[in-house]
Amino acid sequence: MNARIIKTALERTGFAAAVVAIFTFSVFPLYWALITSWQKGSEVYTVRYLPSAISWANYRAVFIEQSFGHNLVNSALVAAGTVGVSLALSVFAAYGLGRVRFRGRMLLLFTILGASMFPQIAVLSGLFELIGWMGLYNRLPGLVLAYLIFTLPFSVWVLTIFMQRLPREIEEAALVDGASPRVVVLRILVPLVRPAMVTTGLLAFIAAWNEFLFALTLTLTDRARTVPVAISLITGASQYELPWGRVMAASVIVTVPLVLLVLVFQRRIVSGLILGGVKG
Amino acid sequence: MWGIDPLMDSNSKPNVRRAVRVTAGAGLERWRVRTAWVFLAPTLAVLALVAGWPLLRTAMLAFTDAYLSRMAEARWVGLENFRWLLTDGDWWRSVQNTIVFTVASVSVQFVLGLGAALVLNVRFAGRGLLRAVVLIPWAIPTVVSARMWRWMYHDVYGVFNDLGLRSGLLAQPVAWLADDTTAMAAIVVADIWKATPFMALLLLAGLQAIPPGLYEAARVDGVGRLNAFVYITLPLLKPAILVALIFRTLDALRVFDLIYVMTSNAVSTASMSVYARQQLIDFQEMGYGSAVSLMIFFVIAVFVAAYVTAMRASLVEEG
Repeated sequence: MNARIIKTALERTGFAAAVVAIFTFSVFPLYWALITSWQKGSEVYTVRYLPSAISWANYRAVFIEQSFGHNLVNSALVAAGTVGVSLALSVFAAYGLGRVRFRGRMLLLFTILGASMFPQIAVLSGLFELIGWMGLYNRLPGLVLAYLIFTLPFSVWVLTIFMQRLPREIEEAALVDGASPRVVVLRILVPLVRPAMVTTGLLAFIAAWNEFLFALTLTLTDRARTVPVAISLITGASQYELPWGRVMAASVIVTVPLVLLVLVFQRRIVSGLILGGVKG
Repeated sequence: MWGIDPLMDSNSKPNVRRAVRVTAGAGLERWRVRTAWVFLAPTLAVLALVAGWPLLRTAMLAFTDAYLSRMAEARWVGLENFRWLLTDGDWWRSVQNTIVFTVASVSVQFVLGLGAALVLNVRFAGRGLLRAVVLIPWAIPTVVSARMWRWMYHDVYGVFNDLGLRSGLLAQPVAWLADDTTAMAAIVVADIWKATPFMALLLLAGLQAIPPGLYEAARVDGVGRLNAFVYITLPLLKPAILVALIFRTLDALRVFDLIYVMTSNAVSTASMSVYARQQLIDFQEMGYGSAVSLMIFFVIAVFVAAYVTAMRASLVEEG
């Protein structure tokens, strides 16, 4: 037993402890929500660290006694609509910003980037009024329109960076052959930036699925409510007596698709976050 | 298919025309610039509609006494709303809350995020899995994490009180979110949980950009690991640290969901955004609420300017 071996052993143990700590820190609240959601009725009022019997009563209650299924469909429609519109618009904008040099290009690019950073609250009163005028209050298209404020600038930014990286000759050959710019974008550039489109699409989906402030303000009834708003509004018999089992069941249901997305697309999501945050 | 594209020139012989343009050189460039603007137009129009116009309206409403249910009768009141704002104790309390929240959560996130990034930068079995797991708190909707944490903070059945009582750290259960002395700290902890992954991943990307050869050379020269961290890692990580800090600060300054769901409009924890929304929607004070929103906009604009400048610098550096 020399000092060196002891030192290495200590280091290894310390490292393993750090890994376990990070893992526990990340997963514990979700684990806690899960075991709470499996407890029936008043069982939630005894603190248990391991699941005893697994009951799905809370999950059934969320769908039967509340219109949670409807809220889920709303969330999915709004998120999918937001992704579709953002990608369709931003892929063309990114061509303009990323493949063509013109005066004011950088100013425009950074204005768009700046637009994604501004506080949602700053546009809330004007947006509320606008959505009302357009007759979109308490309707899903209103939310899609509102969400473009943050998904569109982000998508444009990331796709522009990707387009910039492609060699210039790619489109030139096609242009010489007489292809229109729209054809160049759709047939040549889109397939090449598809990985970036998947990444931005995923991030836009997550952002729209999770959004709360606009959804809370621009909807009024369950007809148009998305899941985050529905979860925030679950109340019990009194303000002090929330049906925690049910709240946790609903929380687990919305979280599962996201956790799956994250586990499957981890690399793409991370690269997108980094491009959005730092220039890659 | 290529020849019948509707966006193509109506000319019946597009190939010929295009070919003429290509040889024209400068003409091609002009044509490309025009195309760029045509392609940008829809995006710019949408952004002007959903971001530009509402922002302008907020700025206009800020100088009126508009009330939600009778918007048509709004009158111009000049700086009245701002005068009122400067003397409103609840507003200043929300400013203070937001600053405390931002400083506390971003600084802890930075320390923990850097630690986690250093761990994730080491090759070990299960690193990929851990990197995915770390993303979970980030991906969970804020409303959901706020609910989860509220349950863990429950004054009677919460896990923190249970653990505290069992271990003897607490003599009696604490109402973490109802007690003014602990509520903000409890919210900050939940935010640290939620946003540390983002910080860690940005820093990890910075770490991975450092050439490993530098550490090899340092090792050969007998430089210790702590010194290598201080003299190689930190200086080279500086741009990533800067961007991560500004990005997180921006996010923290506009915090809404977490605080709204955990403690509703309680004055002792309300952030600037929570206060503004309460005025706008709950109290229907569109004029005054818009003035509040405009103030928040200017506060955050300073940070956005700093961020965009930092990004520009990194963009110019890389060419």
